[in-house]
Amino acid sequence: MDFLRDPIAFFTQWLQTTLLGWGLAEPAAQVVGFAIGAFMAATGAMLFVTVLIWAERKLIGRIQDRYGPNRVGPFGIFQSIADLVKIFIKEHIDPVGMDWLPFNLAPVLSVAAVLTMWVAIPFAVTIYGVDFNVGLLYLVAVGGLGELAIIMAGWGSNNKYALLGAFRAVGMFISYEVPMVITLLIPVMLTGSLSMNEIVRQQEVWYIVVSPLAALIFFITQVAEVGRSPFDLTEAESELVSGFNVEYSGLKFGMFYVADFLHAFTISLLFSALFLGGWRGPGAAEIPILGFIYFAIKSSLVYFLVILMRGSLPRFRVDHMMDFNWKLLTPISLVLVILTALALKLMAGLSLWVQIPVLLVLNGLVFVLAQQMITGFFRRRRPREVGDRSRPVARYSPPQSDAGSQG
Amino acid sequence: MTPMQITFILIAALTLVSAVMAVTARRMMHAALWLIATLMGVAMIFATLQASFFAVVQVMVYVGAIAILILFAIMLTRRSTLEADQASLGRGWIINALAAVGVFAALVTAVWAWPAADTVLTELSRDAEQLAGLGQIIADPNGYAVPFEVSSVLLVAVLVGAIYLAVERKPQHGGRQ
Repeated sequence: MDFLRDPIAFFTQWLQTTLLGWGLAEPAAQVVGFAIGAFMAATGAMLFVTVLIWAERKLIGRIQDRYGPNRVGPFGIFQSIADLVKIFIKEHIDPVGMDWLPFNLAPVLSVAAVLTMWVAIPFAVTIYGVDFNVGLLYLVAVGGLGELAIIMAGWGSNNKYALLGAFRAVGMFISYEVPMVITLLIPVMLTGSLSMNEIVRQQEVWYIVVSPLAALIFFITQVAEVGRSPFDLTEAESELVSGFNVEYSGLKFGMFYVADFLHAFTISLLFSALFLGGWRGPGAAEIPILGFIYFAIKSSLVYFLVILMRGSLPRFRVDHMMDFNWKLLTPISLVLVILTALALKLMAGLSLWVQIPVLLVLNGLVFVLAQQMITGFFRRRRPREVGDRSRPVARYSPPQSDAGSQG
Repeated sequence: MTPMQITFILIAALTLVSAVMAVTARRMMHAALWLIATLMGVAMIFATLQASFFAVVQVMVYVGAIAILILFAIMLTRRSTLEADQASLGRGWIINALAAVGVFAALVTAVWAWPAADTVLTELSRDAEQLAGLGQIIADPNGYAVPFEVSSVLLVAVLVGAIYLAVERKPQHGGRQ
């Protein structure tokens, strides 16, 4: 019964007693336990990617009015496994003039940067890697290592398209980190802690209800951090071939692919942990496995939204992308953080039912103001039209009348 | 040796080796990558000292921002990426080495003379209290509020200066007058 209620803790307990029974010292047993846990989590995450890829291809297919993978296995569910086998046996091609160490380290670092984020995410009451007291900062810091991997890939490939793609990608990622970190301050202020476990535990009311604008900005910046459509100009085919990973083949390319999909799911995990209450739900505190299921459902919904955006939104132009970040998201998030901090300080002693409506009204005000300013901004900036609108080539010519043809 | 000491020796060796490689590497790009390895090593030392906040900030600020900026600067200056076989150490390397040794000796003697250097490290309890204390002392007028604000003013001045240097000056239109 205990196994069904909380399998991970049960397994850990069993492993510890077994190892201690074999005569291992307490710290050594803990090290072995952590190593097995990390290995299982990493392998599980990598295998989970095959399901993610299948689901995404299937959904994108439906959005684009086609079937998606449907040949290998029921509903094409084994398609990713077939692709995996193919990518394993593909040849590795080393480009001429490459830089060996950065070129080969980049794919590994790219996956590692995403997988190490999973350490600090609480999946349920008892299911988490480590409860850092600086968990949120850790997630931001580790997420930054992925940019390093991209720059190493772009540099090591000795290819100008790869280098330009890496520039563009990293330029976008570090820009969007600014509003992301600023909006992350809002859950931290509401909780009073940087620990992910604490943030989830204290969400009596989901933070998306308390601060919907912060949730929206965080979601947008996270999609940009993954480089998904509409922010997929890092791999604009017509401009950069395919971005920083042009020169990669076989399993090395596969690693970037895995990192991409895993990162897309990881941002869904982060969003649901920070703004959708994480594992919280009826009975989740007593029965951890139930919390795990709630968390999985919430994250899958967010992931579905990410896929929906990918399937339906066109690509940003590079200057629009930068304008959007620096002229819109960053100022809004700064104003929002300052207002939220002031409001929380002024209402320090009041009950939750007073605080939440006030914060909601604040969010709404900031949103409406931003909306007004954007419309004004773009109305003024409309480009001047040069020349005649009705060009001779495209001009509609009415059918010739009988009288005209005779004349 | 305790496991902690073994860990420390490994991390210190990694940090020192990559620091030496950062100085002696023949390509600017490799030097920058070794510098990142050094910074990661310093972050790991912070982590072994239970200063989790500084470890994370080290990675976030130095590796995530400053190192990326250094890489950008190197890649945008064409000469440094193309010339593979530059002499890594210039002519005055003896003077540089002497200066480095001098600074190191001064640091060591200063730390030696500092009475607090003899304190035996104690295991901290892992809770968020230390972090809150850090935040309060930075915002406290009797603590470090003034140095903190002064450093932020300095950063703003640097930002304004950078924007002034980088801004594209548009030629004045004749018809405006």
